[in-house]
Amino acid sequence: MSAVLDDKTRNRALINEVLEVYPEKAAKKRAKHLNVYEEGKPDCGVKSNIKSLPGVMTIRGCAYAGSKGVVWGPIKDMMHISHGPVGCGQYSWSTRRNYYNGTTGVDAFGAMQVTSDFQEKDIVFGGDKKLDKVIDEITQLFPLAKGISIQSECPIGLIGDDIEAVSKKKSKEVNLPMVPVRCEGFRGVSQSLGHHIANDAIRDWVFDKADYNAPFESTPYDVVLMADYNIGGDAWSSRILLEEMGLRVIGQGTGDATLKEIEMMPRAKLLLLHCYRSMNYIARHVEEKYGVPWFEYNLFGPTKIAESLRGIAAFFDDSIKEKAEQVIAKYTALSQAVIDKYKPRLAGKKVMLYVGGLRPRHVVGAYEDLGMEVCGTGYEFGHGDDYQRTTHYVKDGTLIYDDVSSFELEKFAEKIRPDLIGSGVKEKYIFQKMGIPFRQMHSWDYSGPYHGFDGFAIFARDMDMAINSPVWAMTKAPWKK
Amino acid sequence: MSQSAEKVLDHSALFEEPEYKELFERKKGFEGGCGAAKVQEIADWTKSMEYRELNFKREALVVNPAKACQPLGAVLCASGFEGTLPYVHGSQGCVAYFRSHFNRHFKEPCSAVSDSMTEDAAVFGGLNNMVDGLANAHALYKPKMIAVSTTCMAEVIGDDLDAFVKTAKQKGSIPEDFRVPFAHTPSFVGSHVTGYDNMLKGFLTHFWDGKTRSEVTTPSININGGFDGYCVANNRELKRMMKEMGVAATIISDPSEVFDTPADGEFRMYSGGTTIEQMDAALNAKGTVFMQGISAAKSAEYVEKAGQKVVSLHSPVGVAGTDALLMAVAELTGQAIPASLEMERGRLVDAITDSQAYLHGKKFALFGDPDLLLGLTAFLLELGAEPVHIVCTNATKDWTAKITALLAASPFGKEGKVWPGKDLWHMRSLLATEPVDFLIGSSHGKYLERDIGTPLIRIGFPIFDRHHHHRFPIWGYQGGLNVLVKILDKIFDTLDAKTTDSASFDLVR
Repeated sequence: MSAVLDDKTRNRALINEVLEVYPEKAAKKRAKHLNVYEEGKPDCGVKSNIKSLPGVMTIRGCAYAGSKGVVWGPIKDMMHISHGPVGCGQYSWSTRRNYYNGTTGVDAFGAMQVTSDFQEKDIVFGGDKKLDKVIDEITQLFPLAKGISIQSECPIGLIGDDIEAVSKKKSKEVNLPMVPVRCEGFRGVSQSLGHHIANDAIRDWVFDKADYNAPFESTPYDVVLMADYNIGGDAWSSRILLEEMGLRVIGQGTGDATLKEIEMMPRAKLLLLHCYRSMNYIARHVEEKYGVPWFEYNLFGPTKIAESLRGIAAFFDDSIKEKAEQVIAKYTALSQAVIDKYKPRLAGKKVMLYVGGLRPRHVVGAYEDLGMEVCGTGYEFGHGDDYQRTTHYVKDGTLIYDDVSSFELEKFAEKIRPDLIGSGVKEKYIFQKMGIPFRQMHSWDYSGPYHGFDGFAIFARDMDMAINSPVWAMTKAPWKK
Repeated sequence: MSQSAEKVLDHSALFEEPEYKELFERKKGFEGGCGAAKVQEIADWTKSMEYRELNFKREALVVNPAKACQPLGAVLCASGFEGTLPYVHGSQGCVAYFRSHFNRHFKEPCSAVSDSMTEDAAVFGGLNNMVDGLANAHALYKPKMIAVSTTCMAEVIGDDLDAFVKTAKQKGSIPEDFRVPFAHTPSFVGSHVTGYDNMLKGFLTHFWDGKTRSEVTTPSININGGFDGYCVANNRELKRMMKEMGVAATIISDPSEVFDTPADGEFRMYSGGTTIEQMDAALNAKGTVFMQGISAAKSAEYVEKAGQKVVSLHSPVGVAGTDALLMAVAELTGQAIPASLEMERGRLVDAITDSQAYLHGKKFALFGDPDLLLGLTAFLLELGAEPVHIVCTNATKDWTAKITALLAASPFGKEGKVWPGKDLWHMRSLLATEPVDFLIGSSHGKYLERDIGTPLIRIGFPIFDRHHHHRFPIWGYQGGLNVLVKILDKIFDTLDAKTTDSASFDLVR
């Protein structure tokens, strides 16, 4: 108990310490985003989804990143035009590891940078004619593309282009689905609005144009696995469990998805939502309009996996419930062996997280399965509902930081000296230089999958590799000790 | 179940296991694909001459370009000054992208801020963001300078940096005398190298405008490396060579320390870089050498107007390139080229002599930034190799003229064709219809290697999928040796792989 009190006191002092450095106006604003979690409270006591302060090194991205980078980009049989200047598409080219099967450039287009490469004249005279031509050239050169999305970069909304009109016209002309997305980077405060806008585009330009009266042979066990972006193959190591428990996965998205699979959402009996933050909007829409329920699940670590598989099975009949139990039983030996091997090396280690989407809470259980403890966490672009959901995962006294700045995170880490930090590529090299073990928890540091029972083994191996690498003993020169 | 605690399989092995192969087959049933035969037919067609002709008719669509946008270059340039915080006025997502782009290339931290303009700034302009942004950045990160560039959002709405910085100072965001070099860097003009040039000119203007030049009598020059993915090692190599020559050289924009800090328990947000004092003094140097002249055209023009001699090189790789660099420095300073460097030259020539039989007549395709392509092409020609396809997405007219002349001057350049403004999807058609032995370019070339089978030699920017290449120079005689070995290693690895089952699997090559 006194240890928790000590932590709380220390964490509160830490918050005050970082706030002191800001100019007064900025300190007042940042104070609302930092807190120490008090057990029993309904949320984490922080404000969220608010503009980042100018000049403060936020880790956040933009709406384009949320739409092209997260939601639309992984749909593999469409071509996604980064519409505007060359940069946005260049920096997001193949860097998110949305795995897919297919022949790139022929029937799959994931690892490609497709852009209208705006020049000055396009800004001055507008880019609609260019877009029209881009679409024609795509259809000539990539005949197996099943659709085209137009991912707006900042200038599009500023110069008054009408990409919706171009889309409607071209969709008829070339007989392909066109999806204009208004995800200009200046919209909203982070990636998050880009997710929302991307979800709305699925509603308006996919569902509303699909024919759901067309015959479809359904079964009572049809599900769509969604909001899993298949980073390092996450969706695959999840899908395998769903299929083993007798469910028919009629669509997967958007990782390794085809447009046809996205269209399947309203056909499902249940939508399985992995990243709540990025696709809850379309799940709610499908629930309201088509009466399909949705369920937020968590496949990180055996405890949460078992809980989630049972939660999913509860929507179905006893045959599924039985099979879910069989699946859990089947993998128990693997998980136990993983825990037996790695827990002795990891037990008691403290972790600080700072990630996006669902991970600041979802991975907590996986660490706990290995005997580790999350002592600080925060969301890059979370909302109030994320911080409410986080209370089910974190312990009393956990340090909470929303839209943390590089400055704050460094100060926190310096004082807390966690055994591991899980965050992104922009943070990785900072903390490694400080001698703190680190894993990228967006890209799985080029490893993965981490989802499912197969993924848990990799997760445990990777955390062990990070923490128990001999390199950390060499940070200080021996003559300095 | 293939997974086990004893031998943990990650993505590279796990998905080869039968349970996943079966899963993929089941999934195909829901994908609505067009079948393997059709995919093969189209895949073959994309490698045909008919497709190439259609591909080269493109006027609007750009696929896999080998260029990025201006502010990326501005951030690299700004990172090379001591205690300087790169600050990008506009949308915040851009800065997240620039930082992660450099993180992935250098495997190092990259510090830069944005002033996070959103919808209201789009309507009213970003002045308030600048006022708050400079104040916050100044308080938190305690820089010696803040170097401001722009995203396309700020450019489209027409924000005026000069006026904004002045207003911010009047409002007390930062002290009146605080240094804020700046440059407008519209993403819809040029590429990352243009942005580098603009920011560099911003620094030069900031320090030199209105000052009177009085040339020093000591052998003192400035060198600028330009947008260089090898800046860490190249700048160190330049400094070493200049020391050998007894020349006092100021590297203008030197990120060699900030992108190569030690892991010793401390994170250094700032490290090394050109100092304020050096920038003041640099005006009086005998001259400035631009290592990547095409990509520094505006800065070079400014330096010339300031009264200095300017030497514009083109990423000199290899013997003749380094000779030209050293002779230019000798001419500027009057210092002789020392025996030690002549010895290094001899060693590089010796290495080429030993290996020339494996290089002679080998056909290469290349893509990358304009100056680097000139440097690499010149080196290939002196190795007796034949550059065949040269794709430069961010080419200028000057580049096209220079590289055409370079090829024409060598018997090994006869087959060389120059493709200004083309992208890597064009390159795919070229490689498929007119095969070459090797491809030189950035990590993005790995998709070409996969599709066409042309072995990729990674030289350029960005290098994401190999570690630490930027720690070894490509300039100077030492750098030439590094490039030579990179090329040879790929040649020998390819030869070994090809002859594994034959008598030609020689121990001695």
